[in-house]
Amino acid sequence: MANVLVFSDKTRLAAELITAAETIGDAVWAVTVNDEMQARELASYGVKVLKIDVPELCLADTAAVAAAIYQAAEHAAADTVLLAANRAGKEIAGRLVQMMGAGCLADVKAVNTDKGEIIGVRNALGGATVAEQVIKTAKKVLVISPKAFSPAPQGPGGSMEDFSVNVKTPRVKVVETREKKVESVDIEAAEVLVVVGQGLDGMETLAQAEDVAQKLNGEVACSKPLATDKKWLSEARVVGISGKICQPELAVIMGISGQVQFSVGIRDAKTIITVNNDENAPICEMSDYILTADMNQVLAELSKGL
Amino acid sequence: MDIVVAMKQVPDLQQLRIRNREPVMADVPLTFGKIDKNALEAAVLLKEEHGGEVVVVAAGSEELEDTIKEAMAAGGDRSIMLADDKAGDLDSAESAEILAQLIKQVDDCGLIIFGEGSGDNYSGQVGSRVAEKLDLPQVGSVTQIIIDGEKLRLTRSLEDSVEIVEVMMPAVVIVTADLNEPRIPSVSQVLKAGRKPKEIISLDELEQPAAEKTLTTLSNLAPEVNRKRITIKSVEELVEILKTEGFVGGN
Repeated sequence: MANVLVFSDKTRLAAELITAAETIGDAVWAVTVNDEMQARELASYGVKVLKIDVPELCLADTAAVAAAIYQAAEHAAADTVLLAANRAGKEIAGRLVQMMGAGCLADVKAVNTDKGEIIGVRNALGGATVAEQVIKTAKKVLVISPKAFSPAPQGPGGSMEDFSVNVKTPRVKVVETREKKVESVDIEAAEVLVVVGQGLDGMETLAQAEDVAQKLNGEVACSKPLATDKKWLSEARVVGISGKICQPELAVIMGISGQVQFSVGIRDAKTIITVNNDENAPICEMSDYILTADMNQVLAELSKGL
Repeated sequence: MDIVVAMKQVPDLQQLRIRNREPVMADVPLTFGKIDKNALEAAVLLKEEHGGEVVVVAAGSEELEDTIKEAMAAGGDRSIMLADDKAGDLDSAESAEILAQLIKQVDDCGLIIFGEGSGDNYSGQVGSRVAEKLDLPQVGSVTQIIIDGEKLRLTRSLEDSVEIVEVMMPAVVIVTADLNEPRIPSVSQVLKAGRKPKEIISLDELEQPAAEKTLTTLSNLAPEVNRKRITIKSVEELVEILKTEGFVGGN
């Protein structure tokens, strides 16, 4: 066992990383970049925080951020670094791994330890399989999926120290930042999901799907093309490898054939009901109840019938 | 100025079958990952506007010589590849070392484009690793690339914000699937693809040996599927099930 260092510029994700780190290391350290509030917050979880305050260090300059984390890991004598598997975290990982001479597991959704070895559990082959893998090198970077661990609770023993880093001249310049209009819906938290796919014929039927979801006390979710190609729903509602991984009590999946890139995001639902006009669609294999019918008609009837 | 696109040969996962929870890899054809095709398309569009060549670099088994034709048909001008049957299953560390060496052979390289994740593993490590090895700046999660003289102007789409960033070339750019729709090559493009210039090396010909494997896989199985698979006939029946399962109040 050794020291573990965690970093994410998102405080909630950093708090989850602390929980993960506590399962694998003796002492947990965190590093923050130009974020006094995050430093205080993380210290309140009982970890040692290295607080970097260097205005020239820009979060968009992945090389510079990775170099700063590398220096923090050296200072903390941490052989293992945990990052969050959001977009920025995954980008930092490759760079940091190379600096540390470390091995790396990305998108880790569970961590087991066995005789001092850290075993990471992650989806492989586009989500068709789940692999258990061990990093062989002494230095390790684990990139942990969001929500795989709950955020760390408040705890004693935390501290905060200013940490200075050598930063090269920034090479990436941010000229504009826009907040994304992120819909506040949290499909991962919903007990019931009505998941619609490319079988959906238009906005009118989508309104019926919303009505049905509401009657079931659930939310509407979708496969990726409905958000990225058709833009009928926001990206916050996408289920699958490039969206959210959900485990609702009930998923009503409509008009989705069930390629693995999608199904990985819903296969842990307790009950799955599928409505699809193709009785041989792969989604039927992983369903509890199968209705072979046109989803648009079914939605119209369900909207009246519930 | 040339544009390099790094692509990974992956099994066509649409054709992957699972038997006794084990993935059956035999006879699964090899192709390029979906996002790698977006990366290639981005390079070809930039070339059409600014000139230069699109150089595709890749490492994989000897079948790569065949797979690479897909990229040549879709707009690549030439390829530099490591095709070796001992390189059929490279991890991120090995791929990065090899790709960095292949990219060094391109003299006038302005930008190097990667897809944000391969079709099979989706770790998204290799682009960043190569950037570090070549000591180049990088920008990831890119949804738009504009070349402005010596500079790149990039749109970077994170979960909760969009950034417009500038970086001097040469640079590594890691793109998402949202930035374009890859073209479908015409028959004549497919026929010409095999005649485009290519450079092929084997593992023994690398200047430095590829890095050692850093991971051990203990198991890799499909999750157990244990579903009832009950066929229902009507919406009424569906409503009944929703009631019995307790999702709607019995009224």
